[in-house]
Amino acid sequence: MPEPAATEVVLELQDVAKSFGSVVALRSGSLTVTRGSIHALVGENGAGKSTLVKIVAGVHRRDAGVFRFLGDDVDFSSTASSKAAGIAVIYQEPTLFPDLSVAENIFMGRQPLGAARRIDYSRMYDESDRLFQRLGVHIDPRRPARGLSIADQQVIEIAKAISLDATLLIMDEPTAALSGVEVERLFAIARSLRDEGRGLVFISHRFDEVFALCDTITVMRDGSYVSTDRTDETDVDAIVSRMVGREVAELFPKTPAAIGDVVLEVEGLTSAGVFHDVSFQVRAGEIVGLAGLVGAGRSEIARAVFGVDRYDDGSVRLLGKPVTAHSPRAAIRAGMAFVPEDRRKQGLVIEESVARNIGSVIRRGLTKAGLLTSAAENRAAGPWAGRLEVKTAALDMHASTMSGGNQQKVVIAKWLATEPRLLIIDEPTRGIDIGTKAEVHRLLSDLAGQGLAIVMISSELPEVLGMADRVLVVCEGRITAELPRSEATPETVMRAATRTTAHAHDNDNPTDNRKSEVPA
Amino acid sequence: MSDTLLVEPSATSPTTRIVGTLLRSREIAVAAVLLVLIVLTTLKSSGFVFSTDGWRNLLVTPALLLILAVGQAVVIITRNVDLSVGSTLGLTAYLTGKVFIAWPGMPIPFVFLIALAFGGALGLVNGMLVAYGRVPAMVITLGTLYIYRGIFLSWAGSDRVNASDFPKAFNELGTNEIGSIPVVTIIALVVMALVGYYLRTARGGRELYAIGSDPEAATLYGLPVVRRVLVAFVLSGALAGLAGVVYAARYGTVSSGAGVGMELQAVGAAVIGGVAIAGGVGTVWGAALGAVLLITINRALPMVGISDFWQRAVVGALIIAAIVLDRVLAKRQERQLVAARDLARRETNDAGPSRKAGTPA
Repeated sequence: MPEPAATEVVLELQDVAKSFGSVVALRSGSLTVTRGSIHALVGENGAGKSTLVKIVAGVHRRDAGVFRFLGDDVDFSSTASSKAAGIAVIYQEPTLFPDLSVAENIFMGRQPLGAARRIDYSRMYDESDRLFQRLGVHIDPRRPARGLSIADQQVIEIAKAISLDATLLIMDEPTAALSGVEVERLFAIARSLRDEGRGLVFISHRFDEVFALCDTITVMRDGSYVSTDRTDETDVDAIVSRMVGREVAELFPKTPAAIGDVVLEVEGLTSAGVFHDVSFQVRAGEIVGLAGLVGAGRSEIARAVFGVDRYDDGSVRLLGKPVTAHSPRAAIRAGMAFVPEDRRKQGLVIEESVARNIGSVIRRGLTKAGLLTSAAENRAAGPWAGRLEVKTAALDMHASTMSGGNQQKVVIAKWLATEPRLLIIDEPTRGIDIGTKAEVHRLLSDLAGQGLAIVMISSELPEVLGMADRVLVVCEGRITAELPRSEATPETVMRAATRTTAHAHDNDNPTDNRKSEVPA
Repeated sequence: MSDTLLVEPSATSPTTRIVGTLLRSREIAVAAVLLVLIVLTTLKSSGFVFSTDGWRNLLVTPALLLILAVGQAVVIITRNVDLSVGSTLGLTAYLTGKVFIAWPGMPIPFVFLIALAFGGALGLVNGMLVAYGRVPAMVITLGTLYIYRGIFLSWAGSDRVNASDFPKAFNELGTNEIGSIPVVTIIALVVMALVGYYLRTARGGRELYAIGSDPEAATLYGLPVVRRVLVAFVLSGALAGLAGVVYAARYGTVSSGAGVGMELQAVGAAVIGGVAIAGGVGTVWGAALGAVLLITINRALPMVGISDFWQRAVVGALIIAAIVLDRVLAKRQERQLVAARDLARRETNDAGPSRKAGTPA
């Protein structure tokens, strides 16, 4: 597109910041997108990409920084105003109305009108058909959106965005659920939109796609802008090192512990569409880190092992004995403990006292003639709270008034009171300030030292690398790498977590391609 | 590979599709049940349809509930509920009487406008509390149900408005017929047609469905959620107000018990007629048919000799059956759609290598 408009700047963000309460989601985001360009935005989980997108889309309002669209300073207060200005966004999760027809989902709010401003349904269906034809897919525009696969839903989102005739199109991980053919088709569309002189932003964790499609790459880390390069002047290694680039080892000290016998044995665990053929072992005194991108299936695997969710195939054995599937009660009895990701919703009774929370799992053992007394609860909770240094004035203090770190300790104390042999902990330090993080880490390290087997899921790479004796990397529902502590580096883990080409052509043997390179 | 299909195309012809949609539609099912009920009752007692009174009652008795059910359906479609309509109806009916007592010469159309505006204002209160207060509609409108009824009680006390307080022309409105169809019924049908037409063919109407189907997606999409929810509640209130005037015209007497319990009948009618309580699904035709079925069952069962207790039980069973049927059908449809998709995908995968879909983030 050698026309003057090609160099015109569509979107300009400079030092944009956004905080939610005390949590800083975006420190200093910068991004400049020109017409006729496909711009990649890459970074680890939590680097601030999605927050940046939501500011541009009008979902959130920025706290500070410059935001220009087509040269004008703008401040969108709603998604409707950003849409009206010519910005289309495809979100990570499709946002469809399941009860309405596919065509209505595309045209909601701007349906073609006929006489007397009545909706012209036949024109709407025709235009939907035309859009799908252009996308090279066949979806009946009259069928309801309910029951469509994520990929099909994504296609509808794309059709929606195209029909908006937007100047700027932002795609937040549009390919996460698409197959190879579908990705190719999406890319063809993206290129044709680029050649029409539109600006595109493409967010993806798959470097092969980023390098195949985009002309410019902006890297973000910890909520801040890192660098912008032309794709042909950089390579995967350079980008990966910028994404992770920070020192890790000192922050998270895992004291070496004697590794004992196998505690947990998972074999061939499969749940259709969620995870496939997951096998691993955890030994006493060992911390095994489950790394991977958000949505790779790590939490789902943990939930299935603990019996919260069903699985279709495979087996879970604890201390050599099979554990009944789909029964958290059986898992607890066998000696498992599970600290979920969202501790406020799933781990704590937030409006109850610390003592009651700690005693809640072992309540049955505390009752006298079927009655539960506060005294019995306090007696049982005291030693645990003391051992974990839960900083709370009294055991009858409400959990809701405590800091995130102390809440997490209460949840851990609750489970330790069941005297488990295996602790599964999902995102142990999410939403916890740096100082308390170290305390939680030391606690986990101590527990491992006392012979507890620990499975730790974490999206924070430094945490995984610092804490885990062994790292299992999950990508799209499969374990794509198993790295001992000595081999686990940010680069090896990120590669396995974003590895896409290897099992694109080889679904059945993912582990054989463990060391395969991501093509640049 | 370039012509590989993502999703099975719609292979069915338009005729098959339309017939299929009709056969599966709740409206047709409810209409069929209604028809069977009428036929059976008429076989037992021919006066149910074939007598001047029978014919008239068949048409006139459901009219009030029909108007309420139409408004209720609109609110339920937005994933809300309006429990205050019974109280609004009573209050407006009494207001109508008081207006005629104060100004006996008031033109009748003007009274209708007052009632619509008054009901709409009560609905606006509900809508504001729900849309801005972000409190579930069930709680808000349960509160206003008692508040509006309380205002009515303290205003009316043991007083009542009688037929003699109304002008003759107004009382005749409740009994007159145009071509053997009662005027009251015509009003209800016109309301249903107008609201149904709006929901089907206006952008604003479709947005109500979108909001009920997924409120969060509607906000992300940039739909005016607050405004639309307000409109739905105002409409429901205004229609309850309209039903209030119709009540006054039809019965002539209005005491403080007017309209008690009608809100639950309206919800029941909408649910029986296929308006999903979770929002996003249903039509006002369905709700209207549900209202007619509900009323007609109540009239038909005593004629075939079923006791009062069992009449209520039948209505209750009908509501539960409607909801269970909805769940079962929705689950089955979803399973079928997913199965069809998996099949299409497997064929695509067999045709060539392609990446397995991962879980969405």
